[in-house]
Amino acid sequence: MTARLLPFGDDPIKPAPPTGVTITVDGVSAGGVAGQSLAGVLLASGMLGFRRTSAQARPRGVFCGIGVCYDCLVEVNGLRDVRACQRRAADGDVVTSQHDRRPSGDAS
Amino acid sequence: MSRVRANHVLVIGAGPAGLAAARAARERGASVTLLDSSDQLGGQFWRHLPDTRPSAAERILHHGWGTFRALSDALESDSGCRIIRSAQVWAIETSPGCPGTVHVVVGEPDGGGRERLAFSPDAMILATGAHDRVLPFPGWDLPGVFTGGAAQAFAKGERLAVGRRVIVAGAGPFLLPVAASLATTGSSVLGVYEANRAPALLRGWLPRPWQLLPAAGKGVELAGYVASHLRHRIPYRLGRMVVAAHGTDRVEAVTVASVAADWAPITGTGRTVEVDAVCVSHGFTPRLELAIAAGCALTTDRFVRVDEGQHTSVPGVYAAGEITGIGGADLAMAEGLIAGHVAAGGAAADDQLRRAARRRRTFEGFARRIEASHDIRAGWPKVLNADTIVCRCEEVSFGTLCATVESTGSRSLRALKLSTRAGLGICQGRVCGRSVEELLATCVGDGGLRDGVTTDRRPIAAPIRLGELAADTTVSDSLQTTRVPKSPQTP
Repeated sequence: MTARLLPFGDDPIKPAPPTGVTITVDGVSAGGVAGQSLAGVLLASGMLGFRRTSAQARPRGVFCGIGVCYDCLVEVNGLRDVRACQRRAADGDVVTSQHDRRPSGDAS
Repeated sequence: MSRVRANHVLVIGAGPAGLAAARAARERGASVTLLDSSDQLGGQFWRHLPDTRPSAAERILHHGWGTFRALSDALESDSGCRIIRSAQVWAIETSPGCPGTVHVVVGEPDGGGRERLAFSPDAMILATGAHDRVLPFPGWDLPGVFTGGAAQAFAKGERLAVGRRVIVAGAGPFLLPVAASLATTGSSVLGVYEANRAPALLRGWLPRPWQLLPAAGKGVELAGYVASHLRHRIPYRLGRMVVAAHGTDRVEAVTVASVAADWAPITGTGRTVEVDAVCVSHGFTPRLELAIAAGCALTTDRFVRVDEGQHTSVPGVYAAGEITGIGGADLAMAEGLIAGHVAAGGAAADDQLRRAARRRRTFEGFARRIEASHDIRAGWPKVLNADTIVCRCEEVSFGTLCATVESTGSRSLRALKLSTRAGLGICQGRVCGRSVEELLATCVGDGGLRDGVTTDRRPIAAPIRLGELAADTTVSDSLQTTRVPKSPQTP
C-alpha cells in the first residue's frame, strides 16, 4: 500500500464523517469515500497500474491526475476508455482494467 | 468610438480567470454562460472536496478561498449567469464576423450519452488554464511517477496522499505547494529538488526587488510555503534533479543527481533513494487548443496574444489567465476581470478597470521574474537514454526519434510525427508535444525543424464518442435552447 486517504479524524480541516462507497475492480471489492474519483479509490486500494500499454504491455495508472494524459483509462460498467481520475466513483461501479494489444499487422 | 454591447458572453473555464471574467461581464449587464469540464467551479487552483464531503475548515488548504467563495456564490445565485458543469468543449468552428461556434458535450466525463450543445455567443472568453509540463527521464512512465498537479489534485480534491515516502522534483515555485500539500495529507516528503541553482534564482529574483513589493501577497504566500517546509523539516535542495525512476511494475526508488546550470546531469553525483512515489513538474504548458481553433494569434513564446483589453486577434474573442502567460491566480483574476468587462462592452481605459490593470502590471512583473529563474534549460535531454520513452501514449523512445531523423533525413515536424507516431496518441501530444519538438530539433541540428508546425493544434479538442457525434445538437443562446435534429439528408 502506498497512496492513502487521510483518516478523517486526523484531518485539520475538520471534516464531517464521510459516507462510504464500494466498487468492484477486476472482480475484487474496493472501498472509498463518496465523491472520490475512481482513480483515488483504486490508488488507495493499493493498485497503481490500471491498464497495460499496447506496444510493450507496460503498466500505467495515474500520471497527471487532471484529465490531460489519458494514462488512467479504465472500463467502467462496460464502457471503455473512461479517465479514472475524472469520473467520480458511484456505489456498485464495476471497473475493469484494459489491455488493448496492437493489431498484429496481418492484412487479413 | 461607440461600442456594441455584447448580450451574450460565453466563458470557457471556471478557474480564477474564468470566474472573475464571468462576474465582471455580469456586472456590465451581459448575460453569461460559464462552462467547465469539471463538475465543480474553481479550476485546478481551487480544486476542492465535493459537496458530499463538507468540512469546517477547508479554507486552510487554499489561498484566496474567501475570494473563491464570494465569486462562486455570486455567480451561482445570479439568474443572469447560466453555469454548465461537466461541459467538455470539443471543437470551435470559426465564422467570419463573429467569435465562432462552440461545440460542447455535457455529462459524466467520457460518458457514452452526453448531451450535445452548440453556442454562437456575441463574445467569447477563453480561460482554459494550463497543465504541468513534465520532461521525460528514464523510468518516468512507471506507475508511482505523478505530476505535481496530480499530487495537488488528490490532496485538495480527495484528501489522498499519492505516496508514503515521496520526493518532489523539477523546477519552479509550484514544487513548494505540492510538497506542502503532500506533507499535510500524511506523506513523508523526503526532499524537494529544484533543478536551478542559486545564481539562476538570484538573477531572476534580485534585479529589482522593490518591484515585488506590490506583489506582497505573493511574497507572503511563498514565505508561508517555506515556513511550512521548515515545520515539516523537508529539505529543499537546488541544482538537483531526479534523473531516473527505478522499479519493475511501479516506482521503488529514484536517483537524484546534481545538474549543471543547463540541467545536464553531472556524472558520479547520483544518489538512489527508496520511495513509493515521485511528483515531478518542470513548469506549465498553456492549454491552447481552443484558442488556436478559434483562430487566435500566438506570441513568439507561444501564449495567446492579447492587448490591454485582453482581446485576442479574433474580434469578439478574449483570453485571460495562464493561456496568456504563466502568472498565477492573482494575475489570472486581474486579466479575467478586464476581459469580462471589455467583452461585455466596456473599454480597457474605463475607470472601473484601473485597479485590475495595476494589479495585472504588478503580477506580470512577478511572473517574469519567476520565469527567468525557473525556465527549462537546454541541457535537459542529457538525462535521456536511447530506450527512454518520450511519447507515453505511443511508447516512442528517444532512440527511435533520433534514428528516424537519421534514416529519413526529414526536417519536418509533421513528417517526423507521422513516421515515429510521437505525439499522435490519445493525449494528442499534450504531455510530450513540446519535448518531442525540442528533441527532434536537437537531432536535426543546424537550422532545426523547417515546416513551422507545432504540436499545439488539436482540431478535435477532446475525444468524443461516435454515438455522441451522431446525436442531435441543441443550439443554445445564454438562457434558452433549441433542439436541432440531425440533418435529414444524412444517408
